Amino acid sequence: MTAQHSRWTHHRTVGFGYVAISLAAACVGTVLSLLMRLHLTWPAWSLPLHGLILPEEYLALVTMHGTLMLFFVLTVAPQSGFGNLILPAQIGARRMAFPRLNAASMGLTGLALLVLLAAFFVPGGSPISGWTAYPPLSATALAGPGQGEGMDVWLAAIALFSLASTLGAINTLTTIVKLRGEGMSWQRLPLTVWGWFTAALLSVLVFSVLLAALAMLFCDRHLQSGFFLPTGDLVNGVLLQHHGDGSPLLWLHLFWFFGHPEVYIAILPGMGLTSMVLANFAHRRVFAYRLMIATTLLIGFLGILVWGHHMFVAGLNPFAGSAFALSSMAIALPSSAKVLSWLATIWRSRPRLTTPMLFALGFVSLFITGGLTGPILAQPILDEYLHNTFFVVAHFHLIMAMAGIFGLFCATYYWFPLLFGRLLSEPLGKLHFAGTLIGAYGTFLPMHLTGLAGEPRQYAQLTGGGSGPAGQLLQTTLPLQHGITYAAFFLACAQLPFLLNLVLTLRSHLLATPNPWSATTMEWASQDFDEASTEDKPTGLVTYRGPCHYSEDGVSFLPQWESGATSTLPPE
Amino acid sequence: MHSAQAIATGQRFWRLPVDASAHGPALDTHLLLNLWIALALLALAHLILLAGLAFRRRASRPVHTLLLEYLPLAALTLLFAFLAARAQQLWAAQRYTGASLTAMQVEVTGMQFAWYFRYPGADAAFGETKPTLVAPGEGNPLGLDPADRHGADDLVTSQLVLPAGREVDLALHAQDVIHGFSVPEMRLKQNAVPGQTAHIHFTPTQPGSYAILCTQLCGLGHYRMQATMLVLPPAAFDTWLQAHEAAAGKRGQP
Amino acid sequence: MSPILTPPEIDRRHRAHESDNGSGRRPPTDKLTGGNGEGGDNWNDRPQGRRGPRERLSQVRMGLFFGLFAVLMFFIAIVSAFFVTRASGHFDAYSHYVNEWLPTTIPSILWLNTAVLLLSSASAEMARRSMFREVDVMDEWIGLSRRTSQRAAAWLSVTLGLGGLFLVGQWIAWDQLAAQHVFFRSNPSSHFFFLITIAHAIHLFIGVSALIAALIGLRRSHKLASRQILVDATVWYWHAMGLLWIFLFVLLEYGQ
Repeated sequence: MTAQHSRWTHHRTVGFGYVAISLAAACVGTVLSLLMRLHLTWPAWSLPLHGLILPEEYLALVTMHGTLMLFFVLTVAPQSGFGNLILPAQIGARRMAFPRLNAASMGLTGLALLVLLAAFFVPGGSPISGWTAYPPLSATALAGPGQGEGMDVWLAAIALFSLASTLGAINTLTTIVKLRGEGMSWQRLPLTVWGWFTAALLSVLVFSVLLAALAMLFCDRHLQSGFFLPTGDLVNGVLLQHHGDGSPLLWLHLFWFFGHPEVYIAILPGMGLTSMVLANFAHRRVFAYRLMIATTLLIGFLGILVWGHHMFVAGLNPFAGSAFALSSMAIALPSSAKVLSWLATIWRSRPRLTTPMLFALGFVSLFITGGLTGPILAQPILDEYLHNTFFVVAHFHLIMAMAGIFGLFCATYYWFPLLFGRLLSEPLGKLHFAGTLIGAYGTFLPMHLTGLAGEPRQYAQLTGGGSGPAGQLLQTTLPLQHGITYAAFFLACAQLPFLLNLVLTLRSHLLATPNPWSATTMEWASQDFDEASTEDKPTGLVTYRGPCHYSEDGVSFLPQWESGATSTLPPE
Repeated sequence: MHSAQAIATGQRFWRLPVDASAHGPALDTHLLLNLWIALALLALAHLILLAGLAFRRRASRPVHTLLLEYLPLAALTLLFAFLAARAQQLWAAQRYTGASLTAMQVEVTGMQFAWYFRYPGADAAFGETKPTLVAPGEGNPLGLDPADRHGADDLVTSQLVLPAGREVDLALHAQDVIHGFSVPEMRLKQNAVPGQTAHIHFTPTQPGSYAILCTQLCGLGHYRMQATMLVLPPAAFDTWLQAHEAAAGKRGQP
Repeated sequence: MSPILTPPEIDRRHRAHESDNGSGRRPPTDKLTGGNGEGGDNWNDRPQGRRGPRERLSQVRMGLFFGLFAVLMFFIAIVSAFFVTRASGHFDAYSHYVNEWLPTTIPSILWLNTAVLLLSSASAEMARRSMFREVDVMDEWIGLSRRTSQRAAAWLSVTLGLGGLFLVGQWIAWDQLAAQHVFFRSNPSSHFFFLITIAHAIHLFIGVSALIAALIGLRRSHKLASRQILVDATVWYWHAMGLLWIFLFVLLEYGQ
């Protein structure tokens, strides 16, 4: 069938739309986090044109930073953004399975972002209950400023987002199952595709659970039901007039059943990309390829069985805590298998240390550093001390946020020539990498120490509690707070070379050669058939083998789309 | 730069806070063991990573999946299983059983944004509370029911005073939203969830005053929802309790 | 040969007559998509995008399957909350264990509604099968008649009527409960009764909209394959909602 599709529903357009959404969200989210750091370090600092940052405003910053970054950056950019830009070409397909549905879910995601940002401007401001929105704090406007209209707006935004993510995941899954090109068997799929596939499976599984929980929370807020509210709940001197006898723990279960797989949705595509990029620049096959496929699926599967480790001290039965501890520890094994494969792939390979390779190596480093604290937090007795301290903040920022961002940068540098026909500048890219790596470690490593010293999360002020033992305990971390704030600003400034790089490269006329990285995966063949075309006809490409066929000495390689003749790598 | 400043002022953020509970030392030992193992694995992995990059002569690709993938995995499995089993023992010792019958009973109630502590008084029974009777302005923040005779001698304080060396059974309540009851120096943390009671038991060992923090986001005053736990030698505690219960008893009589 | 047959797509590159709008009134001109047992007849061996007329149908079915899976998870979340809430209570001020769950009396009209929904599923299936009846498909493809679409439209109209009847019946059930002063907010059990029935009704309303879209599509769409896809997807969705309702109804009737 040959048919013209509208440019607006073309997967590249949709992908760039998603990337633009997350870029906007990332910029806002970064500014919010810097404001948080400023306030935490210098509580008396007043924001120009605004004044002092009040405690409820600090919590609004916390909530919006978490929501923007987790939903609109770490979920949207790797899964929906690069998923749309690269996935069809990588499986030898011309398009996504449902282009119009695709464009619609991108529009819904954009709408969700606008609705979320509107929360800043409603009376009472944005919600203050964090991205986890535990009831009863989130279930009544009495619980604090921002918990009225702001919370309703938040609920609407996340509901829209859930819907959009589910539709996007349906599209991704159908594309991978049904639209693989000739010769593209399941075992020949690049690991990035396996990452997208597993993440999409998880999305279909958990986002509708979140939607159900949001609907029930909405009923509790406005229809006097008590799904998550116990009887006799007295908030702000007012006895809540609802019927029924629910439990806030029910929300925790539903939310974390979604919330934990959600963090794997954010990181699985990055793990797949890291494997492929390491192999690409090491000129080797991915070590233990089939095991890597298996561990990707296993991490996804175990990911839906571990939600209870967020609830060890939340009122969960201690026996259930033990069970969730075991399943959580079990996830360390497929994750370790991935790290071992990455280390084995690059071991003595004399790789080309290009910018995408550096970011992939940075991903490995951050994944190890952030991952090693995972088994510590999976032990209930240790979580009893560390739960909701900055140790946890350090853990998830390193393994999810920073590793996720490194995955995104790796994807940007790696696929930039494919998307724009130009190579990003290497010196600027290496500067960007060095700055980001130092900034990331400088910001989040010290947080382990403040967490071990007992500093809790989500405290608007560390000096606000007076001079009692609590105040003294919190003050021990103050010297480190300054360092963390400086490092956070350094991290933000380290992104300037990247922006400069984008501008300079897009304005330059120096075109990249086709397949500049000597890559073997199918998307690099697409330059032969004009990927950007909206005409819907077969690609004419055939996949002859799995990815990463490099010769033993690393001198020649055989792309997936070549029938036999090997190409020789260009001299360095 | 800042660590130097910290050393000069005697602040030691790289050390865990004082450990003042009976179960704490075992927890600390296990935590430090975990941290050292994590640090060692971190160093080892980065060493392999950097060494693998540093070799300037390309080696033929490693082929032994068994050696490079499954053997380290088996070792890690044993390591993690060992850590999980040890953690499990500590967790079971602390949580699988309730407090002993002789433990001191104290009720802890969290509300936006304060902690209240209630001692049962001479009759060893807590009086009933009703949310409709809550009136912090009139000195009844918990809503004690004056009609209940058990409540007459209940002692409500804003500071948790405990004797050293005696097991304590805390019953955690929340009046409005979820709060997190945390005493870092006792290595203790448990959420107080509205509508249900959570019990947690421990034995303070060293007299001193310790920080009680809220560790579950509970609203705009979350950061200042703090209280003090005062651990006294047993004799001093008895004096304190008698004095306060006498005062409470006088108040309770019509 | 399979009893259900779909006509091959006509490759428009070879479209000889501009007047051919793809309605299937002219015979195919692309030899590649012919049958006749010639070489290369097995569409599964063809490159993606050329695997014959049912390729798009199978894609849509797969997408629908994943979508229905998401719907199922939505209801699983609510149903698990139902069981948790049913089993939980609290201690009141006098240390008595209180479980506020009072089972909601299920209006007997729900039995009737269930029967109506089952009937509608049957008529929907008739519509779906008539879209794929070999003889009629050949007739329509050659341009002798539009019998598949006409029959399907008739059956779909019946389904639409029965679906509307079901929704009206649900409305009556809510009304009857309201007359007995049982509202959404009354009781934990009534929370769930209304949440489940209303959530299902919303999903069924989407099904009704899909039925209307399919009826319009049957009139408007020029491609037989598109019409088949439209009817097929709508009917599978409808069946799934019927099956889901039976599960939910049994839960509400016997599970409270």
